[in-house]
Order: sequence, then C-alpha cells, then structure tokens
Amino acid sequence: METLTKTSRRDFLKLGIAAGGGLVLSFNLSDSLAAIVKGNKSLAATVDFNSYLSISPDDVITIFSPNPELGQNIKTSFPMIVAEELDADWKKVKVVQAALDVKKYDRQLTGGSGAVPHSWERLRKAGATARQMLVDAAAKRWNVAASTLSTNNGFVIHTNGTKLSYGELATEAGSLPVPTDVKLKNPKDFKLIGTAVANVDNKEMITGKPLYGLDFYREGMLHAMIQRPASFGMKLKSVDATAVKSMPGIVDVVTFKNNVAIVGKSTWEIMKARKALKVAYEKDGNIESTSDHDRIFKELLDKPEATVRRKDGDVEAAFKNAATVIKREYQCPFLSHAPMEPMNFFAHVKADGVELVGPTQTPDRARNATATLLGIAPEKVTVELTRLGGGFGRRLQADYVVEAAELSKLINAPVKVTWSREDDMMGGSYRPAVRYRFEAALDSKGILIGYKLRGVGVNAGNSTREDNFLQVRWKIY
Amino acid sequence: MATYSIHVNGETKKVDVAADTPLLWVLRDTLGLVGTKYGCGIAQCGACTVHLNGTAVRSCALPISAIGTSKITTIEGLSKEGDHPVQQAWQEVDVPQCGYCQAGQIMSAAALLSKTPNPSEEQIATAMNGNICRCGTYHRIKEAVVLASTKMK
Repeated sequence: METLTKTSRRDFLKLGIAAGGGLVLSFNLSDSLAAIVKGNKSLAATVDFNSYLSISPDDVITIFSPNPELGQNIKTSFPMIVAEELDADWKKVKVVQAALDVKKYDRQLTGGSGAVPHSWERLRKAGATARQMLVDAAAKRWNVAASTLSTNNGFVIHTNGTKLSYGELATEAGSLPVPTDVKLKNPKDFKLIGTAVANVDNKEMITGKPLYGLDFYREGMLHAMIQRPASFGMKLKSVDATAVKSMPGIVDVVTFKNNVAIVGKSTWEIMKARKALKVAYEKDGNIESTSDHDRIFKELLDKPEATVRRKDGDVEAAFKNAATVIKREYQCPFLSHAPMEPMNFFAHVKADGVELVGPTQTPDRARNATATLLGIAPEKVTVELTRLGGGFGRRLQADYVVEAAELSKLINAPVKVTWSREDDMMGGSYRPAVRYRFEAALDSKGILIGYKLRGVGVNAGNSTREDNFLQVRWKIY
Repeated sequence: MATYSIHVNGETKKVDVAADTPLLWVLRDTLGLVGTKYGCGIAQCGACTVHLNGTAVRSCALPISAIGTSKITTIEGLSKEGDHPVQQAWQEVDVPQCGYCQAGQIMSAAALLSKTPNPSEEQIATAMNGNICRCGTYHRIKEAVVLASTKMK
C-alpha cells in the first residue's frame, strides 16, 4: 500500500462545508423534500463525497468527469480511476460530464495528452477517500475497528462475511469527517484499470442520442452563420443585406468586426439566405498566400542562422568526407483541422450573466475570453460541455465561442452559431505551415555518416485565427 | 413553404418547410432527430446517411420535395432498443472514438448487410468508402461489419 497526501485539499472539501454550513449533504432541503414526495429516493438523499463522486442510497454511484471528451475516452478513463480506488461495481456507475467549475476542478481542458498524468493522484484519492468514509461508517455501525474491514464491488465486508452496500452506508458515511491521509491501492491490486472497458457513451452514440454541440437545441433559440473574409488580409468594406432580410425565416443580419452574421429560425433558411448576401472586402495589409509561404520558407531555410536544438559529433566533418549528400525538403501548408463536427457554439448573453454550451477543449479559456470581450467578471459566465465531434487542437481556440457570445449580445437572444464545412476549410485556425530540410551524408558504401534536419514554420501559437492571420510571425526552429 | 407528409421511422410526420430543404435539416431542426449528423452538406462525408426505402442515401443533399411516399429510417429508428445486429456489433467492438460519424457509418453498414449478408472485404470497403471518420476508426468499423454479418445469419 502507498499513501499519497499531496493532492490539493480543495478537491475534497465536501460541498456542504464549502457552502459554510458544515453539513455534508449538499442537496437543498426543499428540493429533497419535493423529490421524496415525487418518490425519487435517489435524488432525495444522494450524498456528495467530493467533486468527483456522489452515492445514492439505492447504490447509484455517480462519477463526474470534468475534462472535455473528444474521442480520447477521458469520460471513461477518469471515472475508472475513481471507481478503482472506491472499489465500486462499474456496472452501477453512472458517468456525468461536469460543467466548467474552476473551484472544483483543476486543469479542466483537453490538450497536450496531459489529463491522466495530471489528475491520476487526485482521482485516485477521490475514490479512496470516499471508500475510507464508507468503511468508517460500517465500522461504527458494527462497532468494530475499521482496519478489520475490507471492500469489494460496492460493498464493505465484515470479517464474518456480513456485507453492507455503499448505498446503505452513504448517508452515514457522508456525515463523517473527511480523512486527509488515505491509503491507495497497490497497482498490482487494480481490478478495473488495465482491463478493456467500453466507452461510457457507446450506447448513446450508436443510437443517435443528442451528445454534441450541434445537437443542442432550445425553445426560442435562433440559428446563425457568419460570413467571414475570404482570405487572410482582407477586411469588410460594405454589406448589402437587403435581399437577405426579406427571405423566409431570416430574423436579422448583423455586422460586427469583419463578420456578417445571418440570423434566422432554422439552419437551412440561413444557409440559403447567406447565398444572397452581397459583401465586399478590401485589402488590409498583405494578403497571405501559399506563394508567400514558399518564398519565406526558402529564404529562412537558406539563412545561415538557426536555433540549434541538438548537435551530436562532428557533423561538418561527416558531410565533408561524404561520398554522397542527399538533400530533400518536405512541407505542409496551412491545413484545416477538419473535425467531423463543424465548429459551433451556443451562447445566451443575459442581463445577469452568460450561458455558453458547446464543444470546446478549453472551457476556461472560452469563459475568460467571453468575460473579457463583454467586460464582465468570469464568474458571470457558465460553460456547459457537450461531447466534441473531434477537436484535433482546433477547439483549443476560443474564437468561435466568443463570436457566438458577441452575436448573442448584439441580437439580445439565445443563438447557436454553426460553421459550414466551407467556413471550416476556408478560415479559422489552421495547423501550422512548415517546411523541413533533411540532409544525409553517405559514405562510399552508402552508410549514413551524417544527418541534418532543419525546419521553419509559422509559429504554432500564431497559426491561429487572430484577426485572420494579418501579422503572421515566422519562426526558424 | 409547403406542407409535406413524410414517413419517418414508422410514423407519419407533417412538416412545413421550403421545398428545397434537405431532409437532414428537416430531421434535425424540425423533427428533433439529431442522430443524423451534418458534416459537409455536399454528400461527401457520409455523416448524414439515412435509409430511403432501405437504401443508404445522404440526407444533406436530398430535398424534402423529392421524398414523396418513400420510407425514411434514421439511426433512431434502426431498432427499438438499439439492438440491431450492426449496433450490437458496434458496441461489442467498441468502434467509436469521438463518435460523430458513427450514426452514418452504422446506417451504411446496415444497408449493405440487408442486401449483401456476407460481404467480401472488398464489398465492405466499397460500401463504406463514402463514410469518413476523422479519428480513423476504419479498422474497427470493418471488424464490426464482419461481426454484424455473423450475427445476421
């Protein structure tokens, strides 16, 4: 057994305590009474053990998965880690996607393959802490030492074989002090981790249930598409929306920054109306083109200076002594990330706050960018996470969230902004454009004796849509 | 705008939309059947695949006015309990990653197997060729189609 104690305490503050009352049951009393009246026992007395876990008296174990799910299966693997240490029956685990909550969760984002390494300990501790509280509750009830008890598959087990389910113990366990120093399993005792567990959303996906951002609909919600400049380095000159405004289903045409938003009652009506929109653009600085990229790539690769990342041995000597030198260049242009689900976000800017719903890899960035744009406190912005129909880094950006929020404010209505596939291909944030030069020195027998690799590209941080790539900075690396 | 009566998943639905409205948007925006996905809008990615009288079609390029009395089946209507052999196979093989394309994949696979219960590898590749998966789950899709074909025997 090993003991880990360094996980942030804030993950384990019981919600009732966080609210200042010292109560462990986080449910609102009147809600719970109403639930009892309605016969919903589960809702009535569900006990929140920590930010990741609640248990109801009828043995439903709810595990909240905070990080955005885009197909990397975090919504399955995070709860598996909690359930492992809890010794829960996986079949009774219900997984719920948590909304953005910076008080409860740390690093609530998807990117850089860092979620499991980052959260491993805190997830294990969340499960282990609740398990210890359930054991303590059983020990109290049976009047035996907690150390004599064991757990398995959702039960606390007495040495005489008597069992109590986690549900039976949840209310008592929830009223006990939260242990600060809990024992974690030895990884060799893992039962769930290391086994093949099916994706928790599998059934919903194969039966077509609403899961993704584009599947979000709400009564009274408007639909919008945005016409953006056709090339980087263009800005809006004039808009003639006369024909569009009189088309069926069209509510408004709104211009902001370089965007012209067509707002309407259904997706097809705005798609159709968009074709009737007359927009003129003008040059704003240099228009970027692939031929510019080619020229800059060549200039930079031929420059003598470079940042040397690694140098082993006498490379220059190897090239001097080479019988043959082979030189090749490979390049990649700007490319759309092209997630299967086109970009979209729902936003409702209200007098007292902003509601955002949709697919994002970085909900906190979306929240802060929206708050900055609107000049309000980030606490006024809520972000609900849908499943993402792919991300590939495109959804690390907040541009498509912020534009939805800006539009909602301008039209004073709840709106879902949908990008067409053409929008996704023609604009937005692309993968960086790069060119690499490979040089190989071969001896007379054709054996590799020297090797050079040099690359140039658009700085990845700037390959994003920041005012449509107007000032791209180039980087040699 | 015009009124159309269409047969979707065994029910008759009345919708009031423009004649050129693609079936995809009638399903999603009007009928709330959001399992059929928008991916490209030009019948190139397969995410919007549904059955029209049992044949796989791309609903994003099929205007409502062209449907007439044809029977439409969407992913929601493929089976009552989500237990069509193809859906069972998909679940057993744990096919999806992000999952966005999978309804279309399943509809294409189900249409293939209804006409060709024992498809060759080449027939599977041909039938599924128009359904793009950006996550790259093709190997599992193929495995699941083969498994589904054994379930249908």
